[in-house]
Amino acid sequence: MTTLPTPPGLASIDAVTAALGEVGYISTRAISTAVYLAHHLRKPLLIEGPAGVGKTDLAKSVARSLGYPLLRMQCYEGLDESKALYEWKYGKQLLYTQILKEKIHDLVADADGLDASFAKLGDFQDLFFSRDFLEPRPLLKAMEQTGGSVLLIDEVDKSDEEFEALLLEVLSDYQVTVPEIGTIEALVPPLVMLTSNATRELGDALKRRCLHLHIDFPDAERESLIVRARVPEISDRLLAQLVAFIQLVRRENLRKLPSISETIDWARTLILLHAEALDPTMVRETLSVILKRQGDIAAVAARAEVLTHAAVKAALEPA
Amino acid sequence: MERALTQYIRALRAAGAAVSPGEAIDAARALALVGYAERGTMKDTLSVVLAKTPEEKALHDRLFDLYFSRAPGEPEHLSPPSGGSTGEAGEGGDPAGALLDLANSNDPDRLAVAMEKAAARAGVDDIRFASQGSYFARRMLEAMGVEALEQRLMARLDTRAPEARAEAEALMAARAGLMREARAVVDRRFEVFGRAATETFMNTAVASRAIDRLSPRDMERMKAVVARMARRLAVKHSRRRKIRNRGRLDVRRTLRANAGYDGVPFEVVWKRKHRDKPRIVAVCDVSGSVAAYVRFLLMFLYALNETVADLGAFAFSNSLHDVAGPLKSMDFESAMDHILLEIGSGGTDYGQALVDLREGWWERIDRHTTVLVLGDGRSNHTDPRLDIFAELADRAKRVVWLCPEPPGRWGTGDSEIPRFRPFCTHLSHCATALDLEEALDEILLAYD
Repeated sequence: MTTLPTPPGLASIDAVTAALGEVGYISTRAISTAVYLAHHLRKPLLIEGPAGVGKTDLAKSVARSLGYPLLRMQCYEGLDESKALYEWKYGKQLLYTQILKEKIHDLVADADGLDASFAKLGDFQDLFFSRDFLEPRPLLKAMEQTGGSVLLIDEVDKSDEEFEALLLEVLSDYQVTVPEIGTIEALVPPLVMLTSNATRELGDALKRRCLHLHIDFPDAERESLIVRARVPEISDRLLAQLVAFIQLVRRENLRKLPSISETIDWARTLILLHAEALDPTMVRETLSVILKRQGDIAAVAARAEVLTHAAVKAALEPA
Repeated sequence: MERALTQYIRALRAAGAAVSPGEAIDAARALALVGYAERGTMKDTLSVVLAKTPEEKALHDRLFDLYFSRAPGEPEHLSPPSGGSTGEAGEGGDPAGALLDLANSNDPDRLAVAMEKAAARAGVDDIRFASQGSYFARRMLEAMGVEALEQRLMARLDTRAPEARAEAEALMAARAGLMREARAVVDRRFEVFGRAATETFMNTAVASRAIDRLSPRDMERMKAVVARMARRLAVKHSRRRKIRNRGRLDVRRTLRANAGYDGVPFEVVWKRKHRDKPRIVAVCDVSGSVAAYVRFLLMFLYALNETVADLGAFAFSNSLHDVAGPLKSMDFESAMDHILLEIGSGGTDYGQALVDLREGWWERIDRHTTVLVLGDGRSNHTDPRLDIFAELADRAKRVVWLCPEPPGRWGTGDSEIPRFRPFCTHLSHCATALDLEEALDEILLAYD
């Protein structure tokens, strides 16, 4: 295993924040610290938090800010090693066998005796179980990157427990074992990030091997920055009101709280509708952008006036 | 600083966070990397390395502030005391005077250093219960050499000269001041090291107390305990759902999987043995005497909803009602109150409940279902309809009866337990949360 010189984007915690800022990801001190530590301690980083707070986006942004390739592996139930690690190209192997069958006479023609023939064929044996017939999947691919990479294992809670066990070797030693070939070590350890929505409690063994970052819904200040970065054309007044409204809605007793991506969608929607400021009617009509459950929409629609006024008032107060 | 870190990790562990030695090493490496200069960074760093669940994060947030509550930028104060000198009192050979000087010095830093050293010497970190506070505070003062001060105080009190009086008062004030400081240090340490231990102790105590004898304050604690027990059971039984490689070839699926390779079996598919997910039908007697138990049983069952595929809940006193609806639509507490109010009145009639079960929901019970009956079996001398109960036992995978009454009272008065007993796969006395956990563990085990 070789170690590349630390890229400038990971030199210090502030450098991480700056590098992420350049690619449009508004980081916090906690997030930057986690990324910084993940690189320097050479540990995978497990990111948990509610859906839509930018967990996957963090991994993508880190890759972009460092100029590393991003290898993404989406987890789902039934994911196994042939889809995550490697697969044998049986078809190709079969084809080669067929060709060899035809050529075998020519090959052993000049060998006299069975032993000599075996020795000659023996040379081919290694060829059959070689990397040529190995189709690398994301985990193996990440091990083979020479210039550094970001490996994103997305929604690891969706995978089975067996797969979690498979991950342990990859995550702790940065190596994978292919029975036919042996152990393949990472050329350069990738920066591994796992995300989880906590639909299932992850195994302790996995958690203990990872650094753990919990990203929660952003506070008003950070949310404004994020929306401003993504929707630059929004007016200051609307932005302040919109963010204040979302922050209030998150305090309501709802089944599914609006996430950052939904805030951004709502900002875009309101701009399309040429809204200058929030008003209760407009809010009620566009609620379906931020809330996805009928019960939640009804609950907030009933309190639209109160919430809108509170948001407008909150927006007036200096932050 | 390593000592401060190890002590901090000890505090986290005492509070229930499972910090492994590997993580402790990571924490030391991480801190060496980011430095100790910035408190916020330190906190973020330790949070990333040590706390791996929302509960642990919250714990860390609270403990970090408590533990590292001393002014930043003086980490040397956290190092163990050097040599045998009695804090600051060693200088000048007059311990009492030095202590008096310290108490009156108005230098919080110096005082904090002395307190820190005294606390380390008195072993304050071993505090477990709030009632130990005075003891440890006194030990701290002794470690600082308060005895010399007290001796001088006694001497001054014996003489009647006015200047001696004045000095005695100054000494007393100094002693009280030091005591106050020491007490504050001890209280803080208790928050860090002791509180969690006390909590654990109280939780164990409440789990093994009879459910109908819980005070309202215990009920709150009990909820947390039950939730944790349920989580433990869920983790234990959610594994082992699939068992692969049973050693028998699945010919059909192997052929299909290898059709692409001309039928040459490159990929071998083994027969899998599928395990049922547990299916439980709970039939609960909600008459007054059993109501408290029902609350916890249902709370337990609903906390297990990830592990249990299909959970039916029925409650009866004189007729049987499906209560899964209210439990789903309302929050648990109000649903329970509603159920107890609606169904809980009226004389208990086990026979009628069984008749209702057969008429309304018989198809819910098949050979994969465990029927869980919670009740005292006191049927007010009505016909318990043992014939239906026998049929039920035949239909279901298992019938488990949990009885809140102790075995000595089974069969007394109108109790029909001995007559129901032959048909139960398992019948046990269930009085505490621990009993409940054990019984449910047993039920889930049958599905592993």
